[in-house]
Amino acid sequence: MTGARRNPLRFWPQYVAVSPFFLLFAAFGLFPLAFSAWLAFHRWDGISPVTFAGFDQFRFLVADATFRKAVVNTIIIWIMATVPMLFMSLGLASMLNSVKRFRTLYQVILFLPSVTSIVAVVIFFKAIFDNQVGVVNQVLEAIGLSGVQWLNGYWTIKIVLAVIMTWQWVGYNAIIYYAGLQAISGEVYEAAKLDGAGPLRTFWSITVPLLRPVIIFTVVVSTIGGMQTFAEPQVLFGSNASINPNSGGPGQAGLTMVLYFYQQAFNNNNYGYGAAIAYGVFAIVAVFTLINWRITARAEK
Amino acid sequence: MAAHDTATVDRKGPSRPAPVQKGKSVRNAAKWAHLPMVVASLLLLFPFYWTVVMATNTNADYYATPPKVVPGTHLLENIASVLTSINFFGSMANTAIVAVSVTVLVLFFDSLAAFAFAKYDFPAKKFLFGLMLAFFMVPAQLSTVPQFITMINIGWVGTLQALIVPAAANAFGIFWMRQYISTSIPDEILDAAVMDGCGFFRQYFLVVLPVIRPGLAFLGIYTFVQAWNDYVWPLIVLINPDMLTLQVALSQLNVSRGTDYAVVMAGAVLAIIPLIVVFLAFSKQFVADSVKGAVR
Repeated sequence: MTGARRNPLRFWPQYVAVSPFFLLFAAFGLFPLAFSAWLAFHRWDGISPVTFAGFDQFRFLVADATFRKAVVNTIIIWIMATVPMLFMSLGLASMLNSVKRFRTLYQVILFLPSVTSIVAVVIFFKAIFDNQVGVVNQVLEAIGLSGVQWLNGYWTIKIVLAVIMTWQWVGYNAIIYYAGLQAISGEVYEAAKLDGAGPLRTFWSITVPLLRPVIIFTVVVSTIGGMQTFAEPQVLFGSNASINPNSGGPGQAGLTMVLYFYQQAFNNNNYGYGAAIAYGVFAIVAVFTLINWRITARAEK
Repeated sequence: MAAHDTATVDRKGPSRPAPVQKGKSVRNAAKWAHLPMVVASLLLLFPFYWTVVMATNTNADYYATPPKVVPGTHLLENIASVLTSINFFGSMANTAIVAVSVTVLVLFFDSLAAFAFAKYDFPAKKFLFGLMLAFFMVPAQLSTVPQFITMINIGWVGTLQALIVPAAANAFGIFWMRQYISTSIPDEILDAAVMDGCGFFRQYFLVVLPVIRPGLAFLGIYTFVQAWNDYVWPLIVLINPDMLTLQVALSQLNVSRGTDYAVVMAGAVLAIIPLIVVFLAFSKQFVADSVKGAVR
């Protein structure tokens, strides 16, 4: 199908076919990206004249204690959610791989949370973790423990956010691991069995190494997603009218990087600083993704 | 593929003879694996059940000790409160318009571009494809502020096209459909179509489109779910209270009726039901194709 002469005009239908994406991206992706870079060096509230700020926004960002708090929050929440979640996903995947019946049913149930509205999910968790009357506290009191002010404490807020993220994505990751397990041939396991390896040994020495590419994929995706957490804290503290709903709740314990970006850009109309934060977030996400990718890629040789 | 196999196994059900070569211990292990699967399933399903329980009882019941554990009879009055608090049907209609338009446009633009990338060789193709993948990695919030300013300048703030147009084609879909087309359409069929005088677009409509329906089904439901659940961008760009999408309207309900859990949960149930219906209707296809896509 390749033309003998590579005259670009002969290929106009192909260029027409790929152009919608590139036109849309030029207008709504590339141009904003450049505009964003320009904005980060200026001060603008959307109404007053734009003034040049040089590196001031970035200098302020590096010194900004609230931004630092948001970075630390985001990393803590991400670790609390991702590490236990991926281990649970791996366990669920091997269980799914060893059951014979109801596999399709289990797969649909595992998938369901990840296709559910995040707003509805957060509202649900807000209700059951309610400081006074939430079901979680009622259960704790019923078994003789005292209730916890879940939505008030530095660590408890992070636990609630991590639980929400785990609930939504544990099954999704399990499905991906399960797909990886399906690709491992049964002969490898037969051989391990003949060599006298127990189930735990088999899991660590065969399953995990062979799943490495899939594990790297899930770690990278979870890192990118976790570093950009926004809707969970935004909705969780959305009805907290006493303070700015976008400040991450009591003590700003749920203030994530992207939530802080949203607050600065769209509550304070601080567009220039918002753009600087966006570039800061981008740099942190890139570095974190790279580190995680290197660690998981090296962990098992 | 694996998921299709398991689907067949499930349909055969319990009458299927156990594999002879496996020992007794293996079969017992398989049986025991159901226990954690059932526990996990219950934990994952519990929020859906509890949302229904809260949506069908009164707010006072929510504060009762011990907590109510079975659905009540107050769903209709809770729904009535939802309808007076937010413009529910309006925002539902907005969400449906956005999700359907985005899905149709994405399916058309992405599969057309994917066809060109999969089956044709044209100057700068590798560069364009690489460029597309590079764009794919750029995080969304980098362009949020300027995109909002752009929308102000072209007068699209508060309109649905602000949600539809920027989402009308995407790198993920092109990438996924390219994989699908290159494995599912043999070059011979296309050569035959060329012999019959079919140009690029007639090949797309007459040969490619009918064959890639299953691939489009997966991309379609994926795109629909994403568009239906999108939250951040609609929250920023839809400022007029009459023009919200469902997710934003639901978060407004959470703000205004925050402690009336019965009403807020009724809203959540109403917002999730259409999505769950769509998901369950296509779930087998969706799960199977996600599994395939994940290990590619």
